Amino acid sequence: MELLGEIIVAAMLVISGIFGFVGSYGLVKLPDQMTRLHAPTKAATLGVGGVLLASLAWFFFFGDHPSWHELMITLFLFLTAPITGLMIAKTNMHLTWNPEELPDPGEDRNWATFGDSADSSLMDADPEIGQDEREHRE
Amino acid sequence: MIQYALYFAFGAFGMGQLFCLYRVVFAPGVGDRILALDTLAINMIALIALFGILHNTTMYFEIMMLFAMVGFVSTVAYAKFLLRGDVIE
Repeated sequence: MELLGEIIVAAMLVISGIFGFVGSYGLVKLPDQMTRLHAPTKAATLGVGGVLLASLAWFFFFGDHPSWHELMITLFLFLTAPITGLMIAKTNMHLTWNPEELPDPGEDRNWATFGDSADSSLMDADPEIGQDEREHRE
Repeated sequence: MIQYALYFAFGAFGMGQLFCLYRVVFAPGVGDRILALDTLAINMIALIALFGILHNTTMYFEIMMLFAMVGFVSTVAYAKFLLRGDVIE
């Protein structure tokens, strides 16, 4: 039991250390702004999740009493990492991309970071009100 | 065996922190800078967890939770500020 716990914890620590290192190295190495977004939001998050699970296993095998707190942080990180990636991707798109070169979104609205929908808040967007009335209201 | 694995993980995440610091200082765009700051916070959570294993204590759980929450909220606030010119509309 002791040896099994040591092997599990050590393997998880080494694997997640490699994942975390690759995730942070990709931030420096990758060539493009949008591709650089991939490395920390996927690999580094996986690495941190692995370290927290290794901590969970350590306290399960060797600690006084097992704790489930680390699982909560892992869940929180896995929930928030995609949102962070989305927000930074939208920022990159808004700051560096040209709206004329993008493909047509196909609806009467523009892409979320450009055009009319960027000028007015989504909170007071009303689908019943036409385009003219919205301009008039502003 | 766990001792060596711990030191390896410490080294890996420490090198990751150095890469992130490099990217914060020499960033080609402002989006990369936000991303590097977010990764700094995430790697710091891993380092604190490793420190907790090394000293056999669960005391650092609250610090990890605070780092996760504040890191997420500050990243979203910074991205939102660049996107809309305002954090809370």
